[in-house]
Amino acid sequence: MTAPALDDSPSAAAAGSPREGRRQRAATPHRSVTVKWSRFSYVFVSGYVLFALAFGVLPTLYAVFIAFLDNEGRFSGITNFTKVLADFRFWPAAAHVGLFLLVWLVALMVLVTLLALVVHGIGRRWLSSSLRFVYYIPGALAGASSVVLWLFVLNPTVSPVSAVLHAFGFETFVQTVSPGNLPVVFAVIAFWTGAGNWIIVMYGALNSIPDEVLEAARMDGAGAVRTALHIQLPMLRKWIAYMAVMSLAAGAQLFVEPRVLSQATHAVVPTDWSLNQLTYLYAFKQQDLNGSAAIAVLLLVASLAVSLFFVVRGGLFERD
Amino acid sequence: MSATDLRTRPRREQTPGAWLGRATVVVITVFFVLFFAVPIVWLLIATGKSPHALITTGPFALGSLGDLSANWEALVRFQDGIVFQWLGNSLLYSVGALVITLITTIPAGYALALGNFRGRKVLLTTTLVVMLIPNTALVLPIFLEMSAINLIGNPLAAILPFSFFPFGVYLTYIYFSTSVPRDLLNAARIDGCGELAVFARIAMPLALPVIALVGFFSFVANWNNFFLPFLTVPGRAAPIQVGLTELLGSVPAFNPTSAGVTAIELPTLAVATLLSVTPVLLVFLFSQRFLVAGLTAGGTKE
Repeated sequence: MTAPALDDSPSAAAAGSPREGRRQRAATPHRSVTVKWSRFSYVFVSGYVLFALAFGVLPTLYAVFIAFLDNEGRFSGITNFTKVLADFRFWPAAAHVGLFLLVWLVALMVLVTLLALVVHGIGRRWLSSSLRFVYYIPGALAGASSVVLWLFVLNPTVSPVSAVLHAFGFETFVQTVSPGNLPVVFAVIAFWTGAGNWIIVMYGALNSIPDEVLEAARMDGAGAVRTALHIQLPMLRKWIAYMAVMSLAAGAQLFVEPRVLSQATHAVVPTDWSLNQLTYLYAFKQQDLNGSAAIAVLLLVASLAVSLFFVVRGGLFERD
Repeated sequence: MSATDLRTRPRREQTPGAWLGRATVVVITVFFVLFFAVPIVWLLIATGKSPHALITTGPFALGSLGDLSANWEALVRFQDGIVFQWLGNSLLYSVGALVITLITTIPAGYALALGNFRGRKVLLTTTLVVMLIPNTALVLPIFLEMSAINLIGNPLAAILPFSFFPFGVYLTYIYFSTSVPRDLLNAARIDGCGELAVFARIAMPLALPVIALVGFFSFVANWNNFFLPFLTVPGRAAPIQVGLTELLGSVPAFNPTSAGVTAIELPTLAVATLLSVTPVLLVFLFSQRFLVAGLTAGGTKE
C-alpha cells in the first residue's frame, strides 16, 4: 500500500525537508522543484475549490443564515426551528422517513451481503459476471424513471407480477400504495435501484481476501457457511458500515419517490409524506423560505453529523 | 480460487445438508434475478402494446411494431414534441457538467494525492465529509442561491451545481495515490519537465481509467438527478427526468381529473420511461466490463 495516510500532512514533515513529508527522504532533495510543485498544486485544485465554495459552502452558509431570519429579513433567533418542529406534519414525516430507513437498511445489509457472498461463491465465471450485470442494470434507472416504472409494477391491472399483488390482497393501485405499505414500497424501489451497485462493491471487497486464507479454512473443514461467518463477514464489516451510512444519509433525503407517487395517486400518498417534501411545501406553497431553510438545515446537520462521525471515527478512509 | 470452488465441492460431499445448501443458493439467485430483471423486461414489452392490450393480454405477451410506432407518435405529438426538448436539455446539462467536472476534479485529485501544500489536509477532509452528504441536502440552499443571482431557468442553474462532484475528486485521489509513484513524476521534473507538462504528459495518460470512471459516475448522476433541476430549471428548460413526471400528470389512468387536452396512455408513458433511461442504459452496456472491473478495483485494498 503506497497511499499516503490522511494524517500525512506537511506538518508531519521531517526536520530538514520542510515541505515534503517522509517520502522526501526516498526522493531527491530538490527544494526548488518541490516549492514550484507546491505552488502549482494551488492551480490544480483551484477550479475544484471554487466549485466547492460556490455550491457546497456558500449555499450551506446562506441557508443557515436565512434560517435565523424572519420573512422580513430580521434576526429571529430559533423561531423558525421551533416553528417547523411544532408543525403537525413534521414528526409524522420524520417517522415515515425513519420507518422507511429501517426497512431499507436492514434489507440492504442482509440481502446485499448475502447476494455478494452467493455471487462470489459461484464457480463459473460467466455466470458470476452475468449475475452481477443483471443485479447492476436497474441502477441505470434511478430518479423519476424508476419510480414511473414501479407505478406500473405496483398497479395490479398491468403489473407483470399482478399475481403476487393479488396474493397480498391488493386489487387496485391505490390499495397497493396505501399509507401502511409505503415504507416497504419505497424500500423495495430503492433496493431495486441501488442494491446492484453495492453488491459489486462487496464483491470487490470479497475478492481482496487472499485465496490461501479461504483454502486454509476449507482444509480445516469449514463449510461455505462457516467460512462466510468467520472469515468473509468480518472482512466485509467496514464496507457494510460504509454502505449503511451512505444509505442512511441519502435515504433521509427521500423526495422524488413520494412526490411521483403522490402525483400518480392524486394525493392518496400525501404531498407531505417525507421531510424533503415538507421543505418543498414550505418554500413553494407557503412562500416561507425561512421555515424551509430551517428544515433543510436540520436535515443537513443530521447528515453532516453522520458523515463526520464516519470520517473521523469510522476509519474507512485511513489507508495503511 | 473460485474456479475450483463449487465445481469440486459437490462431488466430494453430497450430504443432504450440502444439497440443501446448494438448492437454497439456487433459489435465492433465481428469485433475485427475476426481481431485478422482470420490471425491465416488462417495460421493453409494454412499449409495443396498445393501451387496450396492455390491460387485457398477459404481461409478457408480445405486442406489435404497429402499436409501438403508434405509441411513439403519441409521445412525439405531446406538446409538439417537447420530449425532444427535454432530452436535449438533459444532454446539455449532463455533458456540460461532465466536462466541467473532469476539468476541475482530475487536477484536484492529482494535486491532493501527490502534492504537498498548505491546506491539503483540510481540503481532503472537507471533500470526504461533503462526499458523504447526499446531494439532495444541498438542493434547497442551492436553489435559494440561484434565485438570489437570478439564474433560475438558465441552463447554468443546472450545469454549475452538477459540476461540483466531490466523489470524483475522491476517486481520482485514491487512484493517483495508489497507482502512480511520486518518483516517476520527480524523475520527469529532474529531466526538466514543467509542472503542466508532468501533469499532461505523464499523469493524465496514466489516469485514463479513472477519468473514464469519474466521467461515467458524473454523467449518470447528472442524468438521473431530479430534485435540483426540478427547482432550478422548470418548464421548457426541464430535463427528461422532470419532464417524465409532467407527462405522468397527463395520464388519465393515474390522474382521472386531469383528462385535459392531450391524454397520455400508459404504453406511451412506458415509451417515455424507456427513452428517458436509454442513454444511461447504453453507457452501462458499453462500459459494463470496464465498469465492473473499476468498481471492483475500488473495492479492494491491495
